[in-house]
Amino acid sequence: MSAASELQPVPQVQPKKKDDIILSVTNISKRFQIGKRIVHALSEVSFQVKSGIVTGLIGPDGAGKTTLMRLACGLLVPDSGSISVLDMNASREPLKVQQSIGYMPQRFGLYEDLTVQENLELYADLHKVAVKDRPARYEKLLHMTGLAPFTGRLAGKLSGGMKQKLGIACALVSPPPLLILDEPTVGVDPVSRRELWEIIYSQVKKMNMSVLLSTAYLDEAARCSEVVLMHEGKMLGQDTPQDFSRKMAGYAFEAHGSQRNRRALQEALSKSKKVVDAIILGDQVRLVTRKPEQAEELSEEFSAGKEQVTVRAAQPRFEDAFISILHDCKQDGDDKQCDLILPGQVGGKGDEEVIIVRDLQRRFGDFYAVKNLSFSVKRGEIFGLLGANGAGKTTTFRMLCGLLPATSGTLQVAGHNLRVARAPARAKIGYMAQKFSLYSDLTVRQNLNFFSAAYGLRGQLQKKRIQWALDSFELAEIQDNDSNDLPLGYKQRLALAAALMHAPEILFLDEPTSGIDPLARREFWRHINALASAGVTVMVTTHFMEEASYCDKLVIMARGQVLAAGSPSELTSRYRSPDNPEPSMEDTFIHLIEEFEQRKGKDT
Amino acid sequence: MDVMRLRGLVRKESRQIIRDPSSIGIAFFLPVLLLLIFGYGVSLDARHVPLAMVVEKNSPQAMALVSGFNQSDYFLPIPMRSIQEAEQALMHRKVDGIIWLRHNFARQLLMGGKAPIDVIVDGVDSNKARLIEGYVTGVWFNWLERMTGEQGQRLHVPVTVEHRVWFNAEVSSRNYLVPGLIAIIMTLIGAMLTSMVVAREWERGTMEALMVTPVSMKEVIASKIIPYFILGMGGMLLSVLMAVFLFQVPLRGSMWPLIVSSSLFMFTAINMGLLISVVAKSQFVAGQIAIVITFLPAFILSGFVFDIRTMPVVIQWLTHLVAARYFVDILQTLFLAGDIWPLFLTNSAWLAVMALFFLMIIKKKSRKLLE
Repeated sequence: MSAASELQPVPQVQPKKKDDIILSVTNISKRFQIGKRIVHALSEVSFQVKSGIVTGLIGPDGAGKTTLMRLACGLLVPDSGSISVLDMNASREPLKVQQSIGYMPQRFGLYEDLTVQENLELYADLHKVAVKDRPARYEKLLHMTGLAPFTGRLAGKLSGGMKQKLGIACALVSPPPLLILDEPTVGVDPVSRRELWEIIYSQVKKMNMSVLLSTAYLDEAARCSEVVLMHEGKMLGQDTPQDFSRKMAGYAFEAHGSQRNRRALQEALSKSKKVVDAIILGDQVRLVTRKPEQAEELSEEFSAGKEQVTVRAAQPRFEDAFISILHDCKQDGDDKQCDLILPGQVGGKGDEEVIIVRDLQRRFGDFYAVKNLSFSVKRGEIFGLLGANGAGKTTTFRMLCGLLPATSGTLQVAGHNLRVARAPARAKIGYMAQKFSLYSDLTVRQNLNFFSAAYGLRGQLQKKRIQWALDSFELAEIQDNDSNDLPLGYKQRLALAAALMHAPEILFLDEPTSGIDPLARREFWRHINALASAGVTVMVTTHFMEEASYCDKLVIMARGQVLAAGSPSELTSRYRSPDNPEPSMEDTFIHLIEEFEQRKGKDT
Repeated sequence: MDVMRLRGLVRKESRQIIRDPSSIGIAFFLPVLLLLIFGYGVSLDARHVPLAMVVEKNSPQAMALVSGFNQSDYFLPIPMRSIQEAEQALMHRKVDGIIWLRHNFARQLLMGGKAPIDVIVDGVDSNKARLIEGYVTGVWFNWLERMTGEQGQRLHVPVTVEHRVWFNAEVSSRNYLVPGLIAIIMTLIGAMLTSMVVAREWERGTMEALMVTPVSMKEVIASKIIPYFILGMGGMLLSVLMAVFLFQVPLRGSMWPLIVSSSLFMFTAINMGLLISVVAKSQFVAGQIAIVITFLPAFILSGFVFDIRTMPVVIQWLTHLVAARYFVDILQTLFLAGDIWPLFLTNSAWLAVMALFFLMIIKKKSRKLLE
């Protein structure tokens, strides 16, 4: 309507030289009011993003990554401090900034009822890409993303990975000197994730584009040229991922016990004063120490009697640095570990098979969501179902919980045939959903009251169980807080407590720790390990490779079928090669998927 | 405003309309459904009213009166033996009224004295009660006239009333309801369509992506108004056609005022919807707000059924804030009376003022910010 905006020329941003500063954040603070609570989304954050490289904004959920990106895009105004993007102030000249950046929000920003081509056209119109340049640009983007055969398909009918690629293509249509991506790899299977990274790097190399992206997956740090580490609205550090890890040399070790199993070893080692972090990785226990240590000294210290513990120095990882920085931050706070005291007999004795699945099928119309699935889980085992979105994990899970009837096959849980006796089987199952599924308007105690009553607990027993939950999950102090106001880690504990109210024999966890910080994740898995040691059988679904390595046994699924089964170390050792002597779970997964796709290709 | 961006957005919006059955449904299915329900289901006329006839003693005079009721289209007389039975029937709402001729009716009449006819009417529905009363009086007058004619006497009623109803000679409530109904339906369509589609963009996260493009909010607003205006006018045309051809409501006014005022009103309704969408970020909430703050006031306060002049003064003032009020007025006159220019111009001016007012608030409220 005003002539001024028409006459404004599109700022021709000069491609910057390498190491120029393309985005600069100075003392940014941002608060939000949620109900009565004030959330400090960002406090006094300052950093700079260099031109021509990929900078990763890394941190768990609630770190302030999305807020920061929205501030950079001019969608939010900071309470204090300033952000300059390509030498323009993002809050004072948002329109100019928006003319020169490409942005993909967390949910891609695609119109699901438009086709791939129509989405591209819309963004080309919005960014005023000259009509004569369009066909070449479309072709390049479609070729790069592998979407060329699907131009006529509605965006809503694409798979998760393809949607993500289309989202990036739309953000790249102009092409912008700076690309901002908010969690582009969340919920995407490892294969698509790898392709996504290839797309991003091809732009950086060919167009000298600068990229700022956020992720909650710590293992993606290594793929960035530079990393800004964030936690609870504060910046913990900025460096190259290599430097982050390098500083941890002398802190990271692998321990192997001669007698005890890895879980018992991990439990013992994590109690040591010298150890900051002990996690299970394959057959070993991975350690991060408080100070630089010598492997031999540690071996001697940890070995006792017949038990011989061998400790070797390990390659430091990015996550080690994060853990150690987080520990330093929390130093002043309480550092006590909460051990789960289990109530009497939880699981039961013996190691008989408590979940037996034979030739399980589930059909929706003529689509097989689950096809010929067979596996069995022993008492006290932690069993993982690993697979990309759409692999059939959730369908399998629902059938195991008795929420969805099977089309055919055997399905036995805790001695009950689920196809005929669902109710008695359900009474022995605890379930923790992926998203926080408690009543957020109720207090911690009210939630526990409700869930214990829902599981049929009354009177003395109910009181005893609630007290147990409050004590062993350290929820007593916050029992009258609204559960909505709890930090993520506490919510997780509460959800677990609610699922355990009726002392189930089997615990189902649906992607239990995606997005929570590594310390909270460790604590969570410590609880899970304690439960498993006490005889509770734990079943986990995840597409999160790290979680997979905590399991005793795994089934890797794709398109409703089992690709491989075994312990994490068995699976990864299959793909050991001279180039890659220690393949990660992700490498293994990608290998399996590729083999599977090739076989499929041959069949058809 | 940039032509390429606006065209791109309008094209996107039109494609979404074509692919999404819900907006087409709101624009075309809703008017048909509401018009059918209201046009056929709601009638403010009384016809075939069940009436208990208690004749305690037969006589030619009484028979004449009863046959008067029998012949009337308005009544469905049900003979009953005693007043008790009739009262019972009234209590159970089997009849809406009682005509009671006592056993001494004929004798009193012939003696030239007073011959009372008891008429008891169910007053729960006051509107209907008044109608029944009127019809009964009509039948009674007819009977009286015949009686006096037979006896060769002049009727001793000093004044006779000659009824003439203007504009709606049949006094059919449908003729008066349907035009008003169109205004109500258009309120709902305009507000629902726009408030929900903007909320949908928030819900699906597309608004955020849209905002980080060089697009201006003016372009976004215009791109919502243009296609939904066209869609809404399609619904309007359909409603007018239904009114004229299905319900046989006379359209006495001319085409131009109808088009101009409909456009003005549609523009106002769409702006109301857009204003709601500034507040509501979920489709569910947007739909609820649209119904509560646009549809319900339009229904009650527009003068579509309830006469504004009989409302308390404060409420009468309130009705001036309801855009539908002006459009109901315009439509009712255009359909039933014809082009009455002063009335048309004042009401249209009010609509224009409201539309611009809403547009101004929208422009002020919609910033390219997420907070």
